[in-house]
Amino acid sequence: SITGACRAIQKLTRVRVVDNSALGNTPYHRPPKCIHVYNKTGVGKVGDTILLAIKGEKKKALIVGHKMPGPTMTPRFDSNNVVLIEDNGNPVGTRIKTPIPYILRRKEGEFSKVLAIARNFV
Amino acid sequence: RTNSDGKPAKFQPPPKPIIIDKQKQREERRFLSPEFIPPRGRTDPLKFYIERKDMIQRRKVFNIPEFYVGHILAVTTADPYANEKANRFVGICIQRGGKGLGATFVLRNVIEDQGVEICYELYNPRIQAIEVLKLEKRLDDNLMYLRDALPEYSTFDMNMKPVSRLDHEEIPVNKLQVRMKPKPWSKRWERPKYNIKGIKFELPEKIMKEAQKWSQPWLEFDMLREYDTSKIEEKIWKEVSEELKK
Repeated sequence: SITGACRAIQKLTRVRVVDNSALGNTPYHRPPKCIHVYNKTGVGKVGDTILLAIKGEKKKALIVGHKMPGPTMTPRFDSNNVVLIEDNGNPVGTRIKTPIPYILRRKEGEFSKVLAIARNFV
Repeated sequence: RTNSDGKPAKFQPPPKPIIIDKQKQREERRFLSPEFIPPRGRTDPLKFYIERKDMIQRRKVFNIPEFYVGHILAVTTADPYANEKANRFVGICIQRGGKGLGATFVLRNVIEDQGVEICYELYNPRIQAIEVLKLEKRLDDNLMYLRDALPEYSTFDMNMKPVSRLDHEEIPVNKLQVRMKPKPWSKRWERPKYNIKGIKFELPEKIMKEAQKWSQPWLEFDMLREYDTSKIEEKIWKEVSEELKK
């Protein structure tokens, strides 16, 4: 069987880390890539956690925006954005400059700390 | 008054003053939103009539201004997750799609070096206000190429003040030729199928000539693809304007 085209985040997609953590911003000869999506389907949308391979390390991350058009009235970003996260949900960086969609707020319980460091909302 | 030879001249009434009735001029300029025009097909016109009734009902309650692709709009939506429950987004309209109640328009803006596009539905009850900040048409109907253009062409200030415009009839056409990022682009915009006039192609002549290989000059003469909407537009315009005046 052939899986259909998927433009959201799945295994081996290159992502862009948007917070100001050291891991995310130091240059490396390979871009950060997704290696696993914590989802029943292997497709990650906004608000899903994924496993990222950065600088030879594995790190969990939260998807904050993707290139795939979602439901109407939700923003679609020009790059696949991701925020680095620890296993317990604490963000690694201290500030997020890029705009974050308001829909992330529905899972306020788990991602409240990420939303607290975000500056712009769309 | 006397003639040159002394006889009384025939009474000539003074020339009639020409009254330029601006009210009438404004009414004559009609704008029918493109989502009212039904698409070509074999569906029952009753379905479109019922949809139009619903669209007119919504327009009576909430004012949807006249706008084209290329206008800069500010949309406030009701959002349960936003602080103050309202969410304001400013952007340039890149495309208008859909017919009937599902009509949509896509607004694009670049915030903090990140391009954001939001597809709004015109008749969604969550929309609380649509303001037109700047009226200007562009050379094309579809500005999707702004995704591959330099980000300066899509950046607009979130707190932009509405540009005042006198109530003239003509909407200014901005003949801006946009400069693009280096190739590869998301779509091959130089090909004649997109028929884009608003890009300043800095590509070599060879590539432009090769792109013309995909031109289909017979398409504009294809009679089976013709869809003349002038009569349908007239009828719908009468219907809609009468309903809205009530």
